[in-house]
Amino acid sequence: MFRYIVRRLLQMVLTFFGATFVVYALMFANVDDPFQALVGDRPLTDSQRAALNARYHLDDGFFTQYWHYVKGLLTGDFGMSLTGRPIAEMLAQAWPVTVRLALLSIVIAAVLAVGAGVLSGLRRGGVFDTVTLVLTLIVLAMPIVVLAPLAQLIFGIQLGWFPPTATRDANLYELLLPALVLGSLVVATQLRVTRSSVAENLRADYVRTARAKGLAPRRVIGVHVLRNSLIPVITLIGVDIGALMSGAVVTEGVFNIPGVGFNLFRGVRTEDGPLVVGFVSVLVIVFLVINLIVDLLYAALDPRIRYE
Amino acid sequence: MSDFTAVSTAEAPGPRAGRPDSGPRSLAGDAWRDLRTSKVFWIAAVLVVVVLLMAAWPSLFTSADPRDCVLARKNAGGSGGALFGYDFQGCDVYAKTVYGARDSILVGVSATLIAGLLGLVVGLLAGYLGGWIDALLSRLVDVVLAIPFILGAIVLAKRLSSDPESNGVLAVIVTLGVLGWTTAARVMRSAVISAKNQDYVTAARMLGAGPARLMVRHILPNAISPFVVVLTVLLGINIAGEATLSYLGVGLKGDAVSWGLAIAEAGPYARTVAAPLVWPSVFLAATVLAFIMLGDAIRDAFDPKLR
Repeated sequence: MFRYIVRRLLQMVLTFFGATFVVYALMFANVDDPFQALVGDRPLTDSQRAALNARYHLDDGFFTQYWHYVKGLLTGDFGMSLTGRPIAEMLAQAWPVTVRLALLSIVIAAVLAVGAGVLSGLRRGGVFDTVTLVLTLIVLAMPIVVLAPLAQLIFGIQLGWFPPTATRDANLYELLLPALVLGSLVVATQLRVTRSSVAENLRADYVRTARAKGLAPRRVIGVHVLRNSLIPVITLIGVDIGALMSGAVVTEGVFNIPGVGFNLFRGVRTEDGPLVVGFVSVLVIVFLVINLIVDLLYAALDPRIRYE
Repeated sequence: MSDFTAVSTAEAPGPRAGRPDSGPRSLAGDAWRDLRTSKVFWIAAVLVVVVLLMAAWPSLFTSADPRDCVLARKNAGGSGGALFGYDFQGCDVYAKTVYGARDSILVGVSATLIAGLLGLVVGLLAGYLGGWIDALLSRLVDVVLAIPFILGAIVLAKRLSSDPESNGVLAVIVTLGVLGWTTAARVMRSAVISAKNQDYVTAARMLGAGPARLMVRHILPNAISPFVVVLTVLLGINIAGEATLSYLGVGLKGDAVSWGLAIAEAGPYARTVAAPLVWPSVFLAATVLAFIMLGDAIRDAFDPKLR
């Protein structure tokens, strides 16, 4: 186990440098002149340009610049947006909203997926199972860019059940519809995995033993089957976080939720390059760390898995 | 070979009866027999054919011009010739939706071909050669997978679409292709690894076949079916990806007509008139659904465990 953790950490360091390098190389290759954009129509004197170049290390080679960028990332200095606000400050403000939205959608998705997945796994081929499978297929086919505006139109505007957009503090009620939309990204896969692993575990020897001991069906399913069926679902969370981050950009944009995704959405629209790269880099790091935690959790949860 | 198939189909009264007794059949032949009886496959195939026709010859479906917009009929209902009414600029929504199929499909198919080619080469080399090449390529896959899809796509598409003259089609194709090959490569790699230790590969090697011939003639045909399934689903994902990028403002632009663009343009006006938002959404979702269903059906047909 210890050797596995060390190896997994080393692997993460490698992917961290690889991923940030890719993102940075794309930003570096930018052809526009950011300083001219900064001063507008006024001419930029040579000495001003030299000073700016020195401040942003633009006279150094590519790898030195990349080093400065990574150092900034690791010490919490993510640079400035073109509007002049430090990106770290914008992140600090936007982060809680997005975390709330993501947690809410994970909880909604997990409750729906595990509940319906267990039911349809217990009665494979039944009416409920068939209907659920068709529904998951439809949900899988609905990209967030279709689902979010449609949900806003139907439930927010025409039926008026939910507020169509969020206000600045984004309370729970305002986040409910966006969380449902975002959760739909992951609910179908989670449900299908739960369903097949419940169906598989029902045939396992330990379930037969539990039944033979005379345990009540409720306990056999609620404790023995469920606990073992949830292990593969938990590993999905790591993958899901990446999907949620991608989905949050569109969802927060549509529902006007002032979170990380919304800032990114606005950054893309207003051509704010530093903001986009800063936010993307931080999100990539968060994604890497969460995946590391999930992998370690998986190793700890499932005693059948031995890592060498 | 075809004789055997003919005999076996003649003998078989039901879809699954009389299977193992009629001599050797190829995996693909078996899969096709399964597919022919699958309802999901036919629904998906019909949808795909309709969408492909729409992309190739949009004038078959509508005689209106999607760029013929008259502000006087802004937000008008569906009475005057236009099936789905007119949008906020007075464009025919039905015509725009039909013509939108072309760029959506073009982007989806081309991006999937790029991703497929990359995935095929990387997966085949990593799986067959093993050793440090495998380690290197697998780490490369890890790095690309470590960047959540939309985030990487935003940065890359923004970088590629700096030319204000272009309508962004090429930039989106390259973006989706370059970021989408990882799953295909992983699937290909594991299929190749399990195929390369089979007896027939050893036999071919002992008969003197070189690495290129082994890979292309012996391993590839037996490792390709899971790869094809991944690509089918990826096609749906890429069509959705184009819509997402266009929605975010880093995808298609200018005079391009696509479902994603239509959704993005109609969003702010949905409160007044919903049809310009609803119909491209329905077409997009139906297309993605068709490709996912097609992938599901093909996988079921090719998976021997489900027989």
